[in-house]
Amino acid sequence: MMTQGIWPAVLGRFDWHALPFVRAWENPTASEIIGAGAALLVIIGAVVVVVLITRLGKWRYLWSEWLTSLDHKKIGIMYIVLAFVMLSRALIEAVLIRMQQAAAIDNAGFIAPDHFAQLFSTHGSIMIFFMAMPFLVGLINYVMPLQIGSRDVAFPLLNSISLWLTGGAAGLMMVSLVIGEFSTGGWSGYPPYTELAFSPGVGPDYWIWAVTLGSIGSTLTGINFAVTVYKMRCPGMYLMRMPLFVWTSLCTSILMIFAMPALTVATALLALDRYLGFHFFTNDLGGNMMNYANLFWLFGHPEVYILILPAFGVYSEVVSTFSTKQLYGYTSLVLATMAIALLSFTVWVHHFFTMGQNADINAVFGIATMTIGVPTGVKIYDWIWTMFRGQVRFTVPMLYSLAFMMTFVLGGFTGILLAFPPLDYLVHNTLFLVAHFHNMLIPGLLYGMLAGYHYWFPKAFGFRLNEKWGRISFACWVVGFYIAFMPLYVLGAAGVARRTQGMFDPIFRPWFYLAGVGALILVAALGALFVQLWVSIRERDANGVFAGDPWDGRGLEWSTSAPPPEYNYACIPRVHGRDPFFDAKRRDDPYAPPASYDAIELPKSSMTGPMIGVVGAATAFGLVWHMWWLTIIGVLAIIATVIARSFARHVHQIFPPDEVKRTERRWLRAVAEATPTSREVEMTSVNQGVAEVSS
Amino acid sequence: MKVSRGRPLLFAIPLLFVLSGCDVLKLSVMNYAGPIAASQSHLYVIVGIVLVFVAGPVLLLTPLIAWHYRLSNKNSAFRPNWNFSWTLEGFIWIPPIGIVIGLGFVLWHYTHTLDPYRPIASNLPALKVQAVGLDWKWLFIYPDQRIAAVNQLFIPVGRPVHISLTSGTVMQALLIPQLAGQIYAMAGMTTQLNLAASRPGVYRGENTQFNGTGFQNEKFNVIALSPSDYDRWVEHARASAHPLDAAAYAELFRKSSPPQPIVFSSVPQRLFQNILVQSQEPR
Ligand code: HEM
Ligand SMILES: [Cu+2]
Repeated sequence: MMTQGIWPAVLGRFDWHALPFVRAWENPTASEIIGAGAALLVIIGAVVVVVLITRLGKWRYLWSEWLTSLDHKKIGIMYIVLAFVMLSRALIEAVLIRMQQAAAIDNAGFIAPDHFAQLFSTHGSIMIFFMAMPFLVGLINYVMPLQIGSRDVAFPLLNSISLWLTGGAAGLMMVSLVIGEFSTGGWSGYPPYTELAFSPGVGPDYWIWAVTLGSIGSTLTGINFAVTVYKMRCPGMYLMRMPLFVWTSLCTSILMIFAMPALTVATALLALDRYLGFHFFTNDLGGNMMNYANLFWLFGHPEVYILILPAFGVYSEVVSTFSTKQLYGYTSLVLATMAIALLSFTVWVHHFFTMGQNADINAVFGIATMTIGVPTGVKIYDWIWTMFRGQVRFTVPMLYSLAFMMTFVLGGFTGILLAFPPLDYLVHNTLFLVAHFHNMLIPGLLYGMLAGYHYWFPKAFGFRLNEKWGRISFACWVVGFYIAFMPLYVLGAAGVARRTQGMFDPIFRPWFYLAGVGALILVAALGALFVQLWVSIRERDANGVFAGDPWDGRGLEWSTSAPPPEYNYACIPRVHGRDPFFDAKRRDDPYAPPASYDAIELPKSSMTGPMIGVVGAATAFGLVWHMWWLTIIGVLAIIATVIARSFARHVHQIFPPDEVKRTERRWLRAVAEATPTSREVEMTSVNQGVAEVSS
Repeated sequence: MKVSRGRPLLFAIPLLFVLSGCDVLKLSVMNYAGPIAASQSHLYVIVGIVLVFVAGPVLLLTPLIAWHYRLSNKNSAFRPNWNFSWTLEGFIWIPPIGIVIGLGFVLWHYTHTLDPYRPIASNLPALKVQAVGLDWKWLFIYPDQRIAAVNQLFIPVGRPVHISLTSGTVMQALLIPQLAGQIYAMAGMTTQLNLAASRPGVYRGENTQFNGTGFQNEKFNVIALSPSDYDRWVEHARASAHPLDAAAYAELFRKSSPPQPIVFSSVPQRLFQNILVQSQEPR
């Protein structure tokens, strides 16, 4: 029916078998039923959210206060919500991969090869582009402007557009569960496998457009953050006084600006191959996939530092705060961060030592790779010396930092092994490599983000997270990581290839079982995190820290209420050192009200971001399914949106001095009424967000 | 006491597990069967030992310092404003730089001696093999003997083997952990791998680069035989009267993994070169 008349023009290459329900109906295997179940879950999830919002009558509130908001804090929170949603999906997929591999030892298991390949491709792509990136961008968004004493980022509207491009791309990932299928080419999408000749379906197209939208969003974010750091710092906030988190945000942004376009170009060229019959990376007519490998990893290696540097920033803040001590070796940390950022562009070949280039080239890139270990090691020691002669408090963020330092070193250990080309030849493309990069990314990214989440949550929402559940979750993340990934080192050394749907030798079985148990513990960890959120919200009144400074904080972000007013600071602060708020608390009264208040101007909400994101995703959807009419309408709509926005005149809102004064007074009253907390009891309900300072 | 009776068991189970589990390393380079793998295995040990000294201090210092300087320990020093020391700075920059320079020399040396393209020194001429990665199988051509095999690689012990690789489909990678590291095989291009077996045996080989739904089946055995046994196998193969003719050739390019290895008693001239050219032609 759908191949006749007008249908092909309307529906492109869609047919009923694109729906997992139809596939499961016709061929009810476990694999298809799981696929249909996942699709059902997406649909039910969406329906529940819509019904809930409608029942609560919150559409207007959601739209005007959140979705269209240009407030960097709200945008940051939305990014992190997105990250948690995507983390949940990708973690479930990881467990399915683990279960399949444990089951499929000398039998077929329960997930068909094609479905399995989609699972590792979506897991990897989501974890990198739609979990890690949104999480770190969200955290930077929330914290960095506060830390530099600014009221917003440099380009608030662009910020919203980036959010929505990322959100649209993530939406496309979700849609691929319900309509059609995803790529089977892994998170790296190597051609020629992903070319039309070998993967004619819609899968690689979903991957291409989701990643392209995401990468454009990230490039814009990088520009936005870098300009913010350069231009929006408050008086006295010299570069060498910036908190380390701001430094790492800056380096990450610079990396984004230079690395992301390489990815955009790689996926765009692949799209040209697939859509218009170009031959950049095909086998035939002079194409060469080696160019793709170079372009992709020219992005890919800096990308891992984009992911890791913000976490390094979080650790610097956390270790210093919870040791009540100045950061050791500030200058050397800054230099090390810069060195890492620079060197990260010089090592990409280590991702394909086995492509047949000569020994000189491999050796040079191998040595360059080891060199990065030096500044990284220096940073670890800087944190150790920061604890040295401090007063260490084992709060949840601090626990994550400690677990990170010890676990990350093991990942560095295997990283140096892999930097030796002759050693890489043996374990490249095996589970050893998978173990290595999870050993870097779980402590180096996920723990860092979770530490940041626990650390700044009270700032963002005005109450502390539940301590007990935080510790349970932490324990599960750490124990689960070791049990899930240490076996992979062994399996990889024994030659088990990554992305393998089945094994033949029972000798592997105990290790896969163990890894499976580890993955389940990791699910428990995420579960505990959600329980913690639930419990904390219920107990929010007992754990409120509206006064704003629950940890005896050091940076400016702690010198305002929790949550901060929309304009962050009633008066732009002026700083005199590296730990401005910590010093101010000890020198004079940091809560002294200013003589007078001025009116504050901030950008007004705008629907441009949501428009561009949603329409962008629809355009991409049209491209995936060859529904050209949708693509054309989409492109026109985006252009129209941009033009319409440029005619908008009233793009600012004003906070009159009276209102600012009222808000500020209310907060200062709360500060005055709060009992200062000593560090011993900061993890209890005694903590009202004002720190006790001795001198 | 109840606790102490349970305790040995508590340790015994994981220990047993680890011991029995470590069997898998039989399949790894640690159980090397040739000079290249042997050298790689030694390199693992060398670098591993150096790295223990790099990672060790962090693993020790982190918990020790964090615990000693805990808030509740009133006997530890507290210097909230202390933030720099040239001595410590030297300690954290200089040794790592020194180690990286030292390891750099090791790396340079081994990367060159273990370059997969480098012929293995021997007074015997290398056996020439041409490997073609297909969906989802490996074709091994013996150009000098004019025979070929699918998913089975027979080699003589003690004689270097020189493998030229290409792909008749997407990119693949050939890995035989007990003999040598891997190298990619790419359509229209040739890569090279030199290896040798020093003792007879059966070693596992595989493609490690994902290439579709039959990827997990793309495994093969490398069978290292004594020179006389190897010669006998060649004779046997030649006598098998199963030439790689047009029909067999077409079958090879079908997406499938043969359930059993296949031996071809003869192959067309310049088969490998033709596959190289063919895979670049428009589809
Ligand atoms: C938290 C628990 C996690 C578990 C249990 C897990 C598990 C897995 C598994 C089983 C695979 C497939 C291995 C194979 O190829 O056979 C995989 C691949 C991968 N994971 Fe994870 N993972 C986790 C977290 C993460 C995180 C936090 C990231 C990144 C930020 C990540 C990034 C990746 C990537 C990039 C791949 C490669 C995908 C590909 O082959 O293209 N994972 N993971
Ligand atoms: Cu890299």
